[in-house]
Amino acid sequence: MELDKLKKTPLLECHQKYGGKIVDFGGWALPVQYTGIIDEHRAVRNSAGLFDVSHMGEIRVSGPQALDLVDYLLTNDVTRVSVGQVQYSPMCYPDGGVVDDLITYRVGEDEFLLVVNAANKDKDHEWIVDKADDYDVTVTDESDDTALLAIQGPRAEVILGRVTDADLSGIKFFRFRNGVQVAGCEAMVSRTGYTGEDGFEVYCEPDEAPEIFQALMDAGQDDELVPAGLGARDTLRFEATLPLYGQELGPDINPLEAGLSFFVKLDAGDFIGRDALRSVHEDGPERKLVGFEMVDRGIPRTTYPIFDVEDNEVGHVSSGSFSPTLGKNVGMGFVRTELAEEGTDLQIGVRNRKLDAVVIGAPFYTRKG
Amino acid sequence: MSAMYPEDLLYAENHEWIRVENGTGTIGITDYAQDQLGDLVFVELPEEGDEFGQGDPFGVIESVKAVADFYMPVGGEIIEVNEELLDAPEIISEDPYDEGWIIKVKIADDGELDALMNSEDYQATLD
Repeated sequence: MELDKLKKTPLLECHQKYGGKIVDFGGWALPVQYTGIIDEHRAVRNSAGLFDVSHMGEIRVSGPQALDLVDYLLTNDVTRVSVGQVQYSPMCYPDGGVVDDLITYRVGEDEFLLVVNAANKDKDHEWIVDKADDYDVTVTDESDDTALLAIQGPRAEVILGRVTDADLSGIKFFRFRNGVQVAGCEAMVSRTGYTGEDGFEVYCEPDEAPEIFQALMDAGQDDELVPAGLGARDTLRFEATLPLYGQELGPDINPLEAGLSFFVKLDAGDFIGRDALRSVHEDGPERKLVGFEMVDRGIPRTTYPIFDVEDNEVGHVSSGSFSPTLGKNVGMGFVRTELAEEGTDLQIGVRNRKLDAVVIGAPFYTRKG
Repeated sequence: MSAMYPEDLLYAENHEWIRVENGTGTIGITDYAQDQLGDLVFVELPEEGDEFGQGDPFGVIESVKAVADFYMPVGGEIIEVNEELLDAPEIISEDPYDEGWIIKVKIADDGELDALMNSEDYQATLD
């Protein structure tokens, strides 16, 4: 792999120091793992893991009509988000397909920070700028000026608490504080993440990210904090059945069939895609995202076909893996709605064989307490 | 480094090794291959009596992130498979050249062994 051609986060040297196995992740040089995906996965479930997610995009929307624009772009009801709060939402095309899924930080009455998927960042920025034409707002892509670390797991609060002046217990789930000190650097800290665990995300200046990374690693030494790679990030989000854009969401997938109706507020203000999603809602989606467990031996993988018990092809696998926490092979996939009931028998096409599977409840993993 | 690639084995380009004793070959994957794959979570093995040619895929190994085929370093008939791996594929990572063996074959043609590499030549392909 030619490292020279890849985009780098400010933490590349930290990853190399800790033995990170660097891969080309959508054009970014990022660690897929350090010691091993399963070890890192278990550390996040049982103690804590530290992730570099600086590749994520940050787009700031500010100005007198910022709220109007952001609320029109997103399917969720942004008017209900107060300053200091974070909200998850799909952003849709007029036909109901998904441009991206993102989290919105309400930084001020007239200021929002949208944190978007790395691979979609340029597309999102273009989309937002285009829609912003009729609004009195300023849209800024701040991705290159922002580093992002995620510390996740039951020990995250204790460890981060050792290097910050912020009262972390006062930051509830999906809330944030701006302008706090972390390892002597100014940062924005939110209680958010993509692992199904408690944890925080720390936004900072790129040149200060290595200092924060090192301070956290040092502070977490006695609490079994490990650096964790993108491999574990994927298995962790998968067990919590958090959607991954490109697999559970995309231009050809609407948020209702992906099970995200909670984040689509059809009766709040108007938003792009509302008419299309209203008719999907009224007719019921033709297909649904389900969780399933393998009955036969085999691991379901993205794009593998799904069949009913009469061998008709009825959908495809969106994500699948050995689940480290369950010790089972499980998957998510889109199937015709009538096959989405828990307990329904399915078959997964694995290398020209059809293996038995059964629909189970999702998420596969929910943290206790 | 030689401990990672024992000298009494022959190696194939696809990162399988073979230990030849009295016309029987014991076959596994190299330390390099298991390291590249990462945490192993699944294997699919052939059955005793199955016959394969040199270079044929004879089974599948999966890690958390990757799916890969096993290829026959030589042609022959499967005379034994390591069924322990079905429930514990991680044995391959822990001990790739001994407990982590995958199959034993009756070698069809000794001449095919000439196409394989010794430890030194195999290691040279990894640089």
